[in-house]
Amino acid sequence: MQTARPLLLGALAGLAMGGAAGTANAVEIEYWQYFFEARVNAMDQLIEQFEAANPDITVVHRHFPYADYRTRVAAAIPAGEGPDVVQLFYGWLNDYVDAELIQPLPTDVFEPAQIEADFFPMVQAMRRDDAYFALPTAVRSLALFYNERLFEAAGLDPDAPPQTLEELVSYAEQIAETDGAGNLTTVGITMGMTAQDHHWFREILVRQFGGEPYADDYRTVTYNSEAGQAALDFYVSLMTEHEVSQIGFMDEPQAAFRAGRAGMHIDGSFRIGALERTRGLPWRVAELPAGPDGIRSNFASYWVNAITTKADAERYDAAVRFMEFVTSPEAMDLWLEVVGELPARTEAALTDENTNDPVFGPFIRGLEYAHATKFANESDQRGEMMAMVDRIVLEDQSVEDSLAQAAEAEQAILDQYYE
Amino acid sequence: MTATLDAAGRLGAGEGGTARFFRTPIRPGRIVMWTLLFLGGITMVMPIVFMLSTSLKYPHEVFDLSLIPQEPTLENYIYVLEDGRFFRWFINSLLIATATTLSCVFFDSLVGYVLCKFKFRGRYIIFIAILSTLMIPTEMLVIPWYLMAQSFGWLDTYWGIMFPGMMTAFGTFLMKQFFETVPDDFLEAARIDGMNEFQIWWSIAMPLVTPALSALAIFIFLGNWTAFIWPLIVTTDSNLYTLPVGLTTFSVEQQIDWELIMTGASLATIPTLLVFLFFQRYIIRGVVLAGLKG
Amino acid sequence: MLAQDRNRQIDRPATHRVWRTVGFPIWLYLSWYRSRTIRQKRVVWAWTFLSVPLLFYVVIRFYPTADAFWLSLHDWNLLSDMEWAGMSNFGRLAADPEFWQVFWNTFQYLLLGTPISLVIAFTIAYYLDQVRFMHGFIRALYFLPFLTTAVAMAWVWRWFYQPVPVGVFNNILAELGIAQQPFLRSTSQALPSVLAPAIWAGLGFQVIIFLAGLRAIPQSYYEAARIDGVSRLTILWEITIPLLKPTIVFLVVFSSIGFLRIFDHVFNMTTNDPGGPLNSTEPLVLMIYDTAFNGFQMGYAAAQTVVLFLVLLVVSLIQLRILRDR
Repeated sequence: MQTARPLLLGALAGLAMGGAAGTANAVEIEYWQYFFEARVNAMDQLIEQFEAANPDITVVHRHFPYADYRTRVAAAIPAGEGPDVVQLFYGWLNDYVDAELIQPLPTDVFEPAQIEADFFPMVQAMRRDDAYFALPTAVRSLALFYNERLFEAAGLDPDAPPQTLEELVSYAEQIAETDGAGNLTTVGITMGMTAQDHHWFREILVRQFGGEPYADDYRTVTYNSEAGQAALDFYVSLMTEHEVSQIGFMDEPQAAFRAGRAGMHIDGSFRIGALERTRGLPWRVAELPAGPDGIRSNFASYWVNAITTKADAERYDAAVRFMEFVTSPEAMDLWLEVVGELPARTEAALTDENTNDPVFGPFIRGLEYAHATKFANESDQRGEMMAMVDRIVLEDQSVEDSLAQAAEAEQAILDQYYE
Repeated sequence: MTATLDAAGRLGAGEGGTARFFRTPIRPGRIVMWTLLFLGGITMVMPIVFMLSTSLKYPHEVFDLSLIPQEPTLENYIYVLEDGRFFRWFINSLLIATATTLSCVFFDSLVGYVLCKFKFRGRYIIFIAILSTLMIPTEMLVIPWYLMAQSFGWLDTYWGIMFPGMMTAFGTFLMKQFFETVPDDFLEAARIDGMNEFQIWWSIAMPLVTPALSALAIFIFLGNWTAFIWPLIVTTDSNLYTLPVGLTTFSVEQQIDWELIMTGASLATIPTLLVFLFFQRYIIRGVVLAGLKG
Repeated sequence: MLAQDRNRQIDRPATHRVWRTVGFPIWLYLSWYRSRTIRQKRVVWAWTFLSVPLLFYVVIRFYPTADAFWLSLHDWNLLSDMEWAGMSNFGRLAADPEFWQVFWNTFQYLLLGTPISLVIAFTIAYYLDQVRFMHGFIRALYFLPFLTTAVAMAWVWRWFYQPVPVGVFNNILAELGIAQQPFLRSTSQALPSVLAPAIWAGLGFQVIIFLAGLRAIPQSYYEAARIDGVSRLTILWEITIPLLKPTIVFLVVFSSIGFLRIFDHVFNMTTNDPGGPLNSTEPLVLMIYDTAFNGFQMGYAAAQTVVLFLVLLVVSLIQLRILRDR
């Protein structure tokens, strides 16, 4: 059975793809990504430009539903089918490298030193030894969304969002409202590790309180430290001590913010679209507040493109050229315009127009000091963060013990993965 | 009053009209009991009523506890139905539940009939083998089914959603029980008349067990209409979602707009409620038959 | 003409092939069938009828069952090759505190759900059986929730449980001046909160079955008891409940299996933190789903399904044993 399955898969995939064979003299390569309308549109436009510039190459663009995407890629490539260039989440890189689904980018074209000079630093997570395996077109970071109307109602200046964590707390205290029975009806800031707060804690708060969340290339958990405790203390105090927030309020953080029941909300650039569609919500964006010592930090995540092990001979050369094109500054500009995601090259991102943009500006400024966590299993690692906070607020465990327990559990996930 | 197991049939038909031991004089205790039962029944339907009433409210009224909307509106329904997804999911659920029901009614009764009326070597083993699958929970099979669907390209197809439920051991067992009540003489007579075995089953035996067939159909239909875990696993294309899976995605998307979530939930519930109103008697009788014999 | 010729040339082997692969076996089969005796013919009919269903049971039921056991002995993440793992998946389960929590949760669903729902259902049925006025209507009220879709109702109840300013229950409590309850945001209240709609939805079915069971009890038993002047409670204990035993056995086993396999409600009421908070609502089926389709650890998930299978088997056998003996 072990061998039967791939054979069968191969046969079926072969049947499905048989019709799409290319013409003799032109090279045809396939590009795969998951379906998200704006991304598909952007990629169609990019392919059009690329084909116009490289008439000898045809790019076939295929997209799949998100939930199914990983398994489809995994099934197709070993069977010698599927994409030559593939889009994947940066957190999946290890899986793809280990399973030999993707191959290193040629160092003559994608010279590591040059990449490190041109791209934002978190892209270094894509480097394995002396070569890069994948590169992003666009990246996403976090920022502080805030509700202008609630700021005004609390007598705060909407043009002066909080710059430090201290200010954040004091603003939140002024915004929060309770009913007669002491139940919160408007929160100062949303809370919930289910959404983006686990990134806020790991890559931002821990660093701002003087610590390092991980060591050894994200294989060792190091946030179980004094800094980590201070960070967690701060986070939990929003709910317990300052009572400006409540986990589970309105069910979900972004829901409370969209309903106009939350003064501030930390979220990613990918939320912009949803907020733009929410009628009557006067929202604005600010950089994440700095820590007690003025340290700023941010979290970035991104999707990367990589060349698969299926691409060989002339298809490999074509794939390299396509990779070069989709990671060019021009492609990034188009991606920002069509998808709303931030350019991965510093030079393309940090234009005056971009950094001064009222919406994109705070996100782009955040990129300069952003970190990308290398996850072994993002949802399990996030689960540990959720449990860590729940143990404190629901089971009265001490911050110290809960943090230690979370660090141990997350280390176990990492060990299991890297064993 | 007879005391056979066919009480079920009477339960469906009679609305409590028979004179029974405890139902004689009207006493205060009786009235209290009736009132409590009635209030209990009202409480039981409250979640459904709340759902329906909220689906007719504007957002600003949603957190109001009143059951009757001050300004009833169909706007939520228009919004939810506008993009056509719900209609699509409704059709998907309807198609899948109908096709599965037809298949189950056909095959389950065929197998039940064979196991009941034919004598041949291996019959008992087959019966036990089929019955033993009742002990295997669906959840144990979803992983192998998923791998199977993946290798045959059945993911995101109607067939992929349906194939695990095309026959059921429960239905086979139920139908075998009912075919026991069909006298062999009937079938023998038809055989002497020169009918072939298929004709005998289809036109002689089947009409004699129609109550069982409708009971089976109701159970299978309802089971497939509300099925969740397998359609959730096997579909990723929102065009192929069934109503429950679509409703989950839709609700996660909406998150705060509870009136829209309630509208979606109502759309998934109203059809079965309507069907129930019209066929109450048959449905209750069917549930009892399937429940007691199965 | 040339075209016609070519067609004929292609046609002839084609029809021949059809004959060879389909027609000939059928012809062979029919001629073999005709030479059988009447009794043998009936056996042939039986196997013909059973052919498709048997194929179905082998391919869609037995093979996957074996496959689940087989997978449980391997490590496989869909991307790489399957690796033999022996019993290590089961060892890993036994050492996983989350699994034991999930295991206990699953039993909590059973131990709370089955008795509570059966007692309520029996009480309702017992009294409803004695009611004539609007009997059908009241019965319909209790039965209605059974026809709802679990997913839809999970969301309705989830809304009920929200904290103020959203949730219905907490708004009612606030109106009454009672402190709001965390419901789904509490490790102690969450599981009963998730269980409530499951009990609620199943109640109607149990009431109907109990009603049918009650009506099947011969009236003469009651008459005799009344002549003897036996109290109503004694009648209930000595006559009604013992005679209802088959109904009770059926409902206990049936609803226990349902509660042990609870998934739809938990999945939909805790989408933010599936099975949370702190895994306090996570049943075995959700763990299986999560391990298989979020973690892609197919072997480990298969091992969990084997455990589920054993739990269901053992619980059903124990229940049948105990209830039959009494």
